[in-house]
Amino acid sequence: MRPAPDLLARRLLFFTGKGGVGKSTVTAAAALLAAERGQRVLVVEADAKGNLPGHFEQPSVGFDPREVYPGVFAMAMRTEDSLKEYLKLNLRVPVLGRLGPLARVLDFVATAAPGVKEILTVGKICWEVRESIEGRSSWDLVVVDAAATGHIIGQLDAPRAIQELVSVGMVREQTDWMVELLSDPAVTALNVVATPEEMPVNETIELVGRARAELSVPLGAVIVNRVLPELFTRADEETFEAIRGDEPRAVLTERVGPGATAVLEAARLAVSLRRTRAAHLAELREAVELSMLYLPYLFVRDQGLRVTKMIADSLAQELGL
Amino acid sequence: MTPARPAGGSLDSLLATKEIVVFCGSGGVGKTSVAAAAGVAAATRLGGKVLVLTIDPARRLASALGLEGFGNVEKQVPVEAFKAAGLEPRGELWAAQLDTKRSWDELVLRHAPDEETAYRILENRLYTNITGRFVQSHDYIAMERLFDIHSTGSYDLIVIDTPPTRNAIDFLEAPARMADFFGGRLLRWLTMPYRMGGRRGARVLNVASRPFYQLADRILGSQFLQDIAEFFLSFQSMYEGFAQRAQAVERLLHDRRTTFAVVTTLEGAPLREAQLFIEQLIKRDFHLGALVLNKTLPDYLLSPDGAGAADALEAEAGPLAEVLAGTEVPELGDTARTARVLRTIGESFRNFAVVAKREAELKTELSRVPDAVVNVPNFEVDIYDVSGLARIGDCLFAS
Repeated sequence: MRPAPDLLARRLLFFTGKGGVGKSTVTAAAALLAAERGQRVLVVEADAKGNLPGHFEQPSVGFDPREVYPGVFAMAMRTEDSLKEYLKLNLRVPVLGRLGPLARVLDFVATAAPGVKEILTVGKICWEVRESIEGRSSWDLVVVDAAATGHIIGQLDAPRAIQELVSVGMVREQTDWMVELLSDPAVTALNVVATPEEMPVNETIELVGRARAELSVPLGAVIVNRVLPELFTRADEETFEAIRGDEPRAVLTERVGPGATAVLEAARLAVSLRRTRAAHLAELREAVELSMLYLPYLFVRDQGLRVTKMIADSLAQELGL
Repeated sequence: MTPARPAGGSLDSLLATKEIVVFCGSGGVGKTSVAAAAGVAAATRLGGKVLVLTIDPARRLASALGLEGFGNVEKQVPVEAFKAAGLEPRGELWAAQLDTKRSWDELVLRHAPDEETAYRILENRLYTNITGRFVQSHDYIAMERLFDIHSTGSYDLIVIDTPPTRNAIDFLEAPARMADFFGGRLLRWLTMPYRMGGRRGARVLNVASRPFYQLADRILGSQFLQDIAEFFLSFQSMYEGFAQRAQAVERLLHDRRTTFAVVTTLEGAPLREAQLFIEQLIKRDFHLGALVLNKTLPDYLLSPDGAGAADALEAEAGPLAEVLAGTEVPELGDTARTARVLRTIGESFRNFAVVAKREAELKTELSRVPDAVVNVPNFEVDIYDVSGLARIGDCLFAS
């Protein structure tokens, strides 16, 4: 196993994962952690559900970045806005006044020709990174709540797909530097969030394989979210099993009341859930050969800034910060 | 519609009376397993010929259903798989997995005016891209395939789980959106210069479209635009058939023989999406049959007795360990160890009790729910065979 890379030293971090594993929470936590360490962070919601700012107790954001936490600026990707900005920057066209209907048509083309919509997303992200690297903008780090595992390859591969589809024109010329930036391991990392359950683990293994084969984007870490605590050491577990026996159970019931059975049953459930998941974790670890970061299952809260902070703390520990 | 109340409904009357049950919900809530379990339960208890049409099953589940490597082919789940689970099915269970690409190809072959056009479309590189990556295309083709299978009249009941989408309601609009997409005015406008110049001919630009094309050429290159136009010109030849078909799919989804079951876990985000989905189904006049609350924690975590016992275990771990040492159970001789284990047991109960309370609270927040609300407990092990599916199925039928 390779040691955990210093993720936050890069400039562009993508986070993907199967739906429901906590991808947005982890993305928000990574942004928060970087900001707490003094970085100026842009967090991009590219998998538009509009709930990323909720992880900072803030209302949803638009295309223009807004500070949602000291040092963390959030924006929601909107391909139409991205297109308008692109045209404004690159063409300086006199037709700007008529851009409304034109943008609609181009948006339509974008829907019809896949890769175009994705390039408007990835293009804007890459542009922000390049501007910062070249000193015209001031993001130390851009963190992306990217498409889910099923669509992330299409999203990140867009520049290359466009290179294949479009042989000439401005878009074609622009893809070269994007591919270069996305392929640079000093700049970019694709991170996969998973939970220790069957489907998320399978999808992660599959995605990592595909990413290695089809993408030039360097892989970062696999982040395992909602890991249940190990209740007992092996020796302690023998003691636990003994306590569950008829006589000790009867003694406990007598002492602490009729709830003793429920409490013992709950502990058995916890041990059993942990064990099923441990098997998936082992499979994942073996298959992906990437550094793994483990985040605990949070019993206390479900979502919100408190959770974002707790996850950020765990992330810091895992990264050795 | 009734106000929220404790779960206690069942899916059996829906599965007995409807011909199509669509399971939907946000990603990761266990739609696929619940849909497959409904199929197993229906085939076992109700009989008839039941099909489970699944989009993206876990590998072990797929192999349990005999679906390895066979896209789009309906296969019967062997009776032996039921027998191994101690079940005697009254009916037949069939299963099929959706192969998006192949379904699209079949659709093109069906609707193209002639073979030449069909192959011109199938070979177009934009077509490959669209069918492979266009997110909405998965939504549409799943519903299209459902319609296709239903029209063969081969099954008494079809259960289908919906594809993972950004937005759970996307697929409801997919048929209408697809028809709009291929018949839209914008598209006609876009392809007009090419139509006027004949296929593969030079573009004829009018005053209105010239600025757009000049700009688009600079951005995308004229070759790419021509590829797009050519593709849509070919596709337009299928438009009539396509639009009719999309309407028929839409009608079937609205038909009273079709019902929707929303699946969710009792966690904030999936539950909010489930709520939204329920509202959308009602607003669009679809039949909302059931709400399945999946992977719920056991009720005993909410018992005050349990909470009291957990507190006592933690507070009096030392003295209790001494008492347990007196039972002369050999493993309980080390009182320090026993005390540590007792504290851990108490703490773990309180941890899980917090989650169970949150679940119970979220359940009461559901404002509008269908008549049937079903609880499926969190099974400690993965469900990957017919016997596991039957366990979930028991929960769906329990009354």
